[in-house]
Amino acid sequence: MTTTKHLLTSVEMARFVANGFHRMDAIVPAELNERAIPEFDAGQQPHVDYGTPVKQAFPEGSISRALLDIPAVAGALQSLVGPDPTVDHHHVHVREPHEGAAQPLHADAIIDPRLDAFDVQLMYYPQEVTGTMGGTLSVPGSHLRRTNESDTGRYQNLRGQTRLTCPPGTVVLLHHGIWHGGRRNDSDIRRYMYKIRFNPTVPQVRTWDVSDLDDPQVAAELNVYHPWSEHATSRLEVYNRVKMWRALTNNPSFDVEYWATRVANRPGRV
Amino acid sequence: MKQQVLVLYLNNSALDADVVAWAFYDGTGKTNPTTGDSDLPPYDTGTEALRDGWRLFQASQLIPPYPGHEYDTSFLKHEFWFEKLE
Repeated sequence: MTTTKHLLTSVEMARFVANGFHRMDAIVPAELNERAIPEFDAGQQPHVDYGTPVKQAFPEGSISRALLDIPAVAGALQSLVGPDPTVDHHHVHVREPHEGAAQPLHADAIIDPRLDAFDVQLMYYPQEVTGTMGGTLSVPGSHLRRTNESDTGRYQNLRGQTRLTCPPGTVVLLHHGIWHGGRRNDSDIRRYMYKIRFNPTVPQVRTWDVSDLDDPQVAAELNVYHPWSEHATSRLEVYNRVKMWRALTNNPSFDVEYWATRVANRPGRV
Repeated sequence: MKQQVLVLYLNNSALDADVVAWAFYDGTGKTNPTTGDSDLPPYDTGTEALRDGWRLFQASQLIPPYPGHEYDTSFLKHEFWFEKLE
Protein backbone atom coordinates (compact mmCIF):
# COMPACT_ATOMS: atom_id res chain seq x y z
CA MET A 1 0.00 0.00 0.00
CA THR A 2 1.33 3.35 -1.02
CA THR A 3 -0.51 6.05 0.83
CA THR A 4 -1.37 7.36 4.20
CA LYS A 5 -3.91 9.75 2.67
CA HIS A 6 -7.62 9.12 2.29
CA LEU A 7 -7.82 7.91 5.87
CA LEU A 8 -11.26 7.42 7.37
CA THR A 9 -12.57 10.03 9.77
CA SER A 10 -13.52 9.23 13.35
CA VAL A 11 -17.17 9.44 12.38
CA GLU A 12 -16.61 6.92 9.60
CA MET A 13 -14.69 4.64 11.98
CA ALA A 14 -17.50 4.84 14.52
CA ARG A 15 -19.95 3.97 11.75
CA PHE A 16 -17.80 0.92 10.98
CA VAL A 17 -17.77 -0.09 14.64
CA ALA A 18 -21.58 0.15 14.71
CA ASN A 19 -22.30 -1.43 11.33
CA GLY A 20 -19.34 -3.72 10.66
CA PHE A 21 -18.66 -2.53 7.11
CA HIS A 22 -17.38 0.37 5.02
CA ARG A 23 -18.65 0.51 1.46
CA MET A 24 -17.11 2.34 -1.51
CA ASP A 25 -19.20 2.29 -4.68
CA ALA A 26 -17.50 2.30 -8.12
CA ILE A 27 -14.13 3.06 -6.57
CA VAL A 28 -12.16 0.76 -8.91
CA PRO A 29 -11.31 2.09 -12.41
CA ALA A 30 -13.06 0.50 -15.39
CA GLU A 31 -9.83 -0.83 -16.92
CA LEU A 32 -9.12 -2.87 -13.80
CA ASN A 33 -12.68 -4.18 -13.67
CA GLU A 34 -12.38 -5.27 -17.30
CA ARG A 35 -9.17 -7.17 -16.56
CA ALA A 36 -10.56 -8.85 -13.50
CA ILE A 37 -13.15 -11.32 -14.75
CA PRO A 38 -10.99 -12.94 -17.49
CA GLU A 39 -8.15 -13.30 -14.97
CA PHE A 40 -10.49 -14.72 -12.36
CA ASP A 41 -11.86 -17.20 -14.93
CA ALA A 42 -8.30 -18.19 -15.85
CA GLY A 43 -7.49 -18.89 -12.22
CA GLN A 44 -4.53 -16.54 -12.25
CA GLN A 45 -4.70 -15.59 -8.60
CA PRO A 46 -1.47 -16.72 -6.89
CA HIS A 47 -1.37 -19.02 -3.89
CA VAL A 48 -0.63 -17.01 -0.75
CA ASP A 49 0.54 -18.55 2.50
CA TYR A 50 -1.28 -17.44 5.64
CA GLY A 51 0.31 -14.35 7.16
CA THR A 52 2.16 -13.11 4.08
CA PRO A 53 2.90 -9.36 3.86
CA VAL A 54 0.84 -7.66 1.14
CA LYS A 55 3.77 -6.70 -1.10
CA GLN A 56 5.13 -10.22 -0.96
CA ALA A 57 1.71 -11.76 -1.58
CA PHE A 58 0.75 -9.69 -4.59
CA PRO A 59 3.38 -8.71 -7.18
CA GLU A 60 3.52 -5.33 -8.85
CA GLY A 61 1.11 -5.26 -11.76
CA SER A 62 -1.27 -7.84 -10.34
CA ILE A 63 -4.96 -7.04 -9.98
CA SER A 64 -4.73 -7.50 -6.24
CA ARG A 65 -1.87 -5.03 -5.86
CA ALA A 66 -3.56 -2.51 -8.16
CA LEU A 67 -6.74 -2.83 -6.12
CA LEU A 68 -4.89 -2.20 -2.87
CA ASP A 69 -3.00 0.74 -4.35
CA ILE A 70 -6.20 2.69 -5.07
CA PRO A 71 -5.82 5.58 -2.61
CA ALA A 72 -9.32 5.33 -1.15
CA VAL A 73 -8.94 1.56 -0.64
CA ALA A 74 -5.45 1.90 0.83
CA GLY A 75 -6.56 4.69 3.14
CA ALA A 76 -9.64 2.87 4.39
CA LEU A 77 -7.72 -0.35 4.92
CA GLN A 78 -4.95 1.40 6.82
CA SER A 79 -7.54 3.17 8.95
CA LEU A 80 -9.11 -0.14 9.92
CA VAL A 81 -6.19 -2.55 10.34
CA GLY A 82 -3.22 -0.19 10.56
CA PRO A 83 -0.15 -0.16 8.31
CA ASP A 84 1.43 -3.27 6.84
CA PRO A 85 -1.25 -5.89 7.47
CA THR A 86 -0.64 -9.45 6.38
CA VAL A 87 -2.81 -11.42 3.99
CA ASP A 88 -4.71 -14.19 5.72
CA HIS A 89 -6.08 -15.68 2.50
CA HIS A 90 -7.79 -14.62 -0.70
CA HIS A 91 -10.32 -16.27 -2.96
CA VAL A 92 -12.56 -15.60 -5.94
CA HIS A 93 -16.19 -16.45 -5.07
CA VAL A 94 -18.59 -17.15 -7.90
CA ARG A 95 -22.36 -17.49 -7.70
CA GLU A 96 -23.40 -19.56 -10.70
CA PRO A 97 -26.54 -18.70 -12.69
CA HIS A 98 -29.69 -20.42 -11.42
CA GLU A 99 -27.75 -22.44 -8.87
CA GLY A 100 -30.84 -23.04 -6.76
CA ALA A 101 -29.92 -22.05 -3.22
CA ALA A 102 -28.16 -19.39 -1.22
CA GLN A 103 -25.29 -19.92 1.19
CA PRO A 104 -26.44 -20.24 4.79
CA LEU A 105 -25.95 -17.07 6.79
CA HIS A 106 -22.53 -17.30 8.40
CA ALA A 107 -19.48 -15.50 9.73
CA ASP A 108 -16.17 -16.56 8.21
CA ALA A 109 -13.51 -18.67 9.97
CA ILE A 110 -14.46 -19.57 13.56
CA ILE A 111 -16.05 -17.71 16.45
CA ASP A 112 -13.80 -14.73 17.16
CA PRO A 113 -14.87 -12.46 20.03
CA ARG A 114 -11.96 -10.01 19.96
CA LEU A 115 -13.02 -6.46 20.80
CA ASP A 116 -9.54 -4.88 20.91
CA ALA A 117 -8.43 -6.24 17.52
CA PHE A 118 -10.15 -7.38 14.36
CA ASP A 119 -9.50 -8.67 10.87
CA VAL A 120 -10.89 -7.00 7.78
CA GLN A 121 -12.29 -8.73 4.73
CA LEU A 122 -12.20 -6.87 1.45
CA MET A 123 -14.91 -7.79 -1.03
CA TYR A 124 -14.47 -6.53 -4.59
CA TYR A 125 -17.25 -6.68 -7.19
CA PRO A 126 -15.81 -6.08 -10.69
CA GLN A 127 -19.17 -6.15 -12.48
CA GLU A 128 -22.54 -4.51 -11.90
CA VAL A 129 -24.54 -6.63 -9.46
CA THR A 130 -28.29 -6.40 -9.99
CA GLY A 131 -31.04 -7.62 -7.67
CA THR A 132 -31.33 -11.09 -9.19
CA MET A 133 -27.60 -11.87 -9.43
CA GLY A 134 -27.12 -13.17 -5.91
CA GLY A 135 -25.31 -10.17 -4.45
CA THR A 136 -23.98 -10.77 -0.96
CA LEU A 137 -26.46 -10.71 1.88
CA SER A 138 -25.09 -9.04 5.00
CA VAL A 139 -26.55 -7.98 8.30
CA PRO A 140 -25.38 -4.54 9.48
CA GLY A 141 -24.33 -4.58 13.11
CA SER A 142 -24.15 -8.37 13.47
CA HIS A 143 -20.35 -8.51 13.79
CA LEU A 144 -20.18 -8.42 17.59
CA ARG A 145 -22.67 -11.26 18.08
CA ARG A 146 -20.81 -14.31 19.36
CA THR A 147 -21.80 -17.09 16.99
CA ASN A 148 -19.78 -19.75 15.23
CA GLU A 149 -19.63 -19.83 11.42
CA SER A 150 -22.91 -21.15 9.94
CA ASP A 151 -24.71 -21.80 13.22
CA THR A 152 -26.84 -18.82 12.13
CA GLY A 153 -27.90 -20.71 8.98
CA ARG A 154 -31.43 -21.00 10.34
CA TYR A 155 -32.01 -17.27 9.83
CA GLN A 156 -33.21 -16.56 6.31
CA ASN A 157 -34.11 -12.89 6.47
CA LEU A 158 -33.67 -10.09 8.97
CA ARG A 159 -35.15 -6.61 9.02
CA GLY A 160 -32.62 -4.08 7.79
CA GLN A 161 -30.49 -6.67 6.01
CA THR A 162 -28.46 -5.61 2.98
CA ARG A 163 -28.99 -7.49 -0.26
CA LEU A 164 -26.09 -6.08 -2.21
CA THR A 165 -26.65 -4.42 -5.54
CA CYS A 166 -23.85 -2.22 -6.82
CA PRO A 167 -22.14 -0.62 -9.79
CA PRO A 168 -18.97 -2.19 -11.21
CA GLY A 169 -15.82 -1.63 -9.18
CA THR A 170 -17.45 -1.57 -5.78
CA VAL A 171 -15.39 -2.49 -2.72
CA VAL A 172 -16.77 -3.32 0.71
CA LEU A 173 -14.52 -3.69 3.77
CA LEU A 174 -16.06 -5.88 6.47
CA HIS A 175 -15.35 -6.71 10.09
CA HIS A 176 -14.47 -10.40 10.43
CA GLY A 177 -17.56 -11.21 12.47
CA ILE A 178 -20.30 -9.89 10.21
CA TRP A 179 -23.09 -12.29 9.28
CA HIS A 180 -23.24 -12.68 5.51
CA GLY A 181 -23.73 -15.12 2.65
CA GLY A 182 -23.85 -15.36 -1.12
CA ARG A 183 -27.47 -15.14 -2.22
CA ARG A 184 -29.17 -17.37 -4.76
CA ASN A 185 -28.34 -16.22 -8.27
CA ASP A 186 -31.59 -16.22 -10.23
CA SER A 187 -30.06 -14.51 -13.28
CA ASP A 188 -28.27 -15.84 -16.36
CA ILE A 189 -25.01 -14.13 -15.40
CA ARG A 190 -22.09 -15.48 -13.33
CA ARG A 191 -21.60 -13.22 -10.33
CA TYR A 192 -18.02 -12.63 -9.13
CA MET A 193 -16.69 -11.43 -5.83
CA TYR A 194 -13.00 -11.38 -4.96
CA LYS A 195 -12.21 -11.52 -1.26
CA ILE A 196 -9.01 -10.79 0.62
CA ARG A 197 -8.77 -11.20 4.38
CA PHE A 198 -6.24 -9.03 6.23
CA ASN A 199 -4.73 -9.51 9.67
CA PRO A 200 -3.39 -6.51 11.62
CA THR A 201 0.27 -6.50 12.64
CA VAL A 202 0.15 -3.45 14.92
CA PRO A 203 -2.23 -2.38 17.70
CA GLN A 204 -5.37 -0.97 16.10
CA VAL A 205 -5.27 2.27 18.05
CA ARG A 206 -5.97 5.64 16.41
CA THR A 207 -4.97 4.33 12.99
CA TRP A 208 -7.35 6.72 11.19
CA ASP A 209 -7.64 10.53 10.92
CA VAL A 210 -8.52 11.39 14.51
CA SER A 211 -8.88 15.15 14.00
CA ASP A 212 -12.66 14.84 14.52
CA LEU A 213 -12.45 12.49 17.49
CA ASP A 214 -14.57 14.77 19.68
CA ASP A 215 -17.32 15.22 17.09
CA PRO A 216 -20.67 14.40 18.79
CA GLN A 217 -21.58 12.42 15.68
CA VAL A 218 -19.12 9.73 16.85
CA ALA A 219 -21.36 8.84 19.79
CA ALA A 220 -24.45 9.15 17.59
CA GLU A 221 -23.03 6.60 15.15
CA LEU A 222 -22.16 4.19 17.96
CA ASN A 223 -25.66 4.53 19.40
CA VAL A 224 -27.54 3.21 16.37
CA TYR A 225 -30.14 0.46 16.88
CA HIS A 226 -30.52 -2.00 14.01
CA PRO A 227 -34.05 -3.10 13.08
CA TRP A 228 -33.24 -6.83 13.28
CA SER A 229 -31.72 -6.59 16.76
CA GLU A 230 -34.00 -7.04 19.74
CA HIS A 231 -34.52 -3.82 21.71
CA ALA A 232 -32.94 -5.06 24.95
CA THR A 233 -30.03 -6.75 23.19
CA SER A 234 -29.43 -3.60 21.15
CA ARG A 235 -28.49 -1.83 24.37
CA LEU A 236 -25.86 -4.52 24.93
CA GLU A 237 -24.65 -3.99 21.36
CA VAL A 238 -24.02 -0.32 22.19
CA TYR A 239 -22.23 -1.37 25.39
CA ASN A 240 -19.96 -3.67 23.38
CA ARG A 241 -19.29 -0.95 20.79
CA VAL A 242 -18.27 1.34 23.65
CA LYS A 243 -15.79 -1.30 24.81
CA MET A 244 -14.44 -1.57 21.27
CA TRP A 245 -14.22 2.21 20.83
CA ARG A 246 -12.38 2.52 24.14
CA ALA A 247 -9.80 0.02 22.85
CA LEU A 248 -9.51 1.68 19.43
CA THR A 249 -9.02 5.15 20.91
CA ASN A 250 -7.16 4.13 24.08
CA ASN A 251 -9.72 6.12 26.04
CA PRO A 252 -11.02 4.02 28.96
CA SER A 253 -13.61 6.59 30.02
CA PHE A 254 -15.45 6.98 26.70
CA ASP A 255 -19.14 6.15 26.95
CA VAL A 256 -22.48 6.41 25.20
CA GLU A 257 -25.61 7.05 27.27
CA TYR A 258 -23.65 6.15 30.42
CA TRP A 259 -24.14 2.40 29.69
CA ALA A 260 -20.62 1.25 30.58
CA THR A 261 -19.99 3.79 33.34
CA ARG A 262 -23.14 3.06 35.33
CA VAL A 263 -22.58 -0.70 35.64
CA ALA A 264 -18.93 -0.26 36.63
CA ASN A 265 -19.69 2.17 39.47
CA ARG A 266 -18.93 0.44 42.78
CA PRO A 267 -17.89 3.18 45.24
CA GLY A 268 -15.51 2.02 47.91
CA ARG A 269 -15.07 -1.45 46.41
CA VAL A 270 -11.86 -2.76 44.92
CA MET B 1 -50.32 -34.49 5.22
CA LYS B 2 -47.31 -32.20 4.80
CA GLN B 3 -45.88 -29.59 7.11
CA GLN B 4 -45.05 -25.96 6.46
CA VAL B 5 -42.85 -24.36 9.12
CA LEU B 6 -42.58 -20.66 9.87
CA VAL B 7 -39.99 -19.33 12.31
CA LEU B 8 -40.47 -15.82 13.63
CA TYR B 9 -37.93 -13.93 15.71
CA LEU B 10 -39.55 -11.26 17.85
CA ASN B 11 -38.39 -8.03 19.43
CA ASN B 12 -38.99 -9.30 22.96
CA SER B 13 -40.28 -12.47 24.61
CA ALA B 14 -43.97 -11.64 24.12
CA LEU B 15 -45.79 -13.37 21.30
CA ASP B 16 -47.43 -10.14 20.23
CA ALA B 17 -44.06 -8.37 19.81
CA ASP B 18 -42.81 -7.18 16.42
CA VAL B 19 -41.08 -9.55 14.01
CA VAL B 20 -37.38 -8.76 13.57
CA ALA B 21 -36.36 -11.82 11.51
CA TRP B 22 -37.99 -14.85 9.91
CA ALA B 23 -37.55 -18.12 8.04
CA PHE B 24 -39.93 -20.38 6.13
CA TYR B 25 -39.55 -24.05 5.25
CA ASP B 26 -42.11 -25.62 2.92
CA GLY B 27 -42.72 -29.36 3.14
CA THR B 28 -45.34 -29.17 0.41
CA GLY B 29 -42.70 -28.36 -2.21
CA LYS B 30 -44.83 -25.54 -3.59
CA THR B 31 -42.24 -22.89 -2.79
CA ASN B 32 -38.45 -22.88 -2.48
CA PRO B 33 -37.51 -20.31 0.17
CA THR B 34 -33.85 -19.57 0.86
CA THR B 35 -31.56 -17.16 2.67
CA GLY B 36 -31.94 -13.51 1.72
CA ASP B 37 -35.01 -13.92 -0.48
CA SER B 38 -37.15 -11.16 1.02
CA ASP B 39 -36.84 -7.84 2.82
CA LEU B 40 -40.37 -7.87 4.24
CA PRO B 41 -41.60 -10.34 6.87
CA PRO B 42 -44.79 -12.33 6.22
CA TYR B 43 -46.32 -10.97 9.45
CA ASP B 44 -45.61 -7.96 11.65
CA THR B 45 -46.12 -9.80 14.96
CA GLY B 46 -46.39 -13.35 16.28
CA THR B 47 -50.08 -13.04 17.02
CA GLU B 48 -50.74 -11.90 13.46
CA ALA B 49 -49.46 -15.32 12.35
CA LEU B 50 -51.84 -17.02 14.81
CA ARG B 51 -54.76 -15.08 13.38
CA ASP B 52 -53.82 -16.34 9.93
CA GLY B 53 -54.05 -19.96 11.05
CA TRP B 54 -50.46 -20.78 12.00
CA ARG B 55 -50.19 -23.09 15.04
CA LEU B 56 -47.44 -22.28 17.54
CA PHE B 57 -45.53 -25.40 18.58
CA GLN B 58 -42.36 -24.08 20.22
CA ALA B 59 -41.10 -20.89 21.86
CA SER B 60 -37.67 -19.96 23.19
CA GLN B 61 -37.06 -20.44 26.88
CA LEU B 62 -35.97 -17.44 28.92
CA ILE B 63 -32.48 -18.38 30.02
CA PRO B 64 -30.53 -16.09 32.37
CA PRO B 65 -27.06 -15.09 31.18
CA TYR B 66 -24.17 -17.19 32.36
CA PRO B 67 -22.24 -15.43 35.15
CA GLY B 68 -19.52 -13.28 33.61
CA HIS B 69 -21.27 -13.17 30.24
CA GLU B 70 -24.09 -10.76 31.03
CA TYR B 71 -23.10 -8.35 28.25
CA ASP B 72 -22.36 -10.90 25.53
CA THR B 73 -24.68 -11.00 22.54
CA SER B 74 -25.18 -14.03 20.36
CA PHE B 75 -28.16 -15.71 18.63
CA LEU B 76 -31.54 -14.03 18.27
CA LYS B 77 -33.27 -14.61 21.58
CA HIS B 78 -37.01 -14.77 20.97
CA GLU B 79 -37.66 -17.57 18.51
CA PHE B 80 -41.18 -18.88 17.82
CA TRP B 81 -41.95 -21.91 15.65
CA PHE B 82 -45.29 -22.25 13.85
CA GLU B 83 -46.73 -24.87 11.56
CA LYS B 84 -49.49 -25.42 9.06
CA LEU B 85 -50.46 -28.85 7.78
CA GLU B 86 -51.66 -29.42 4.25
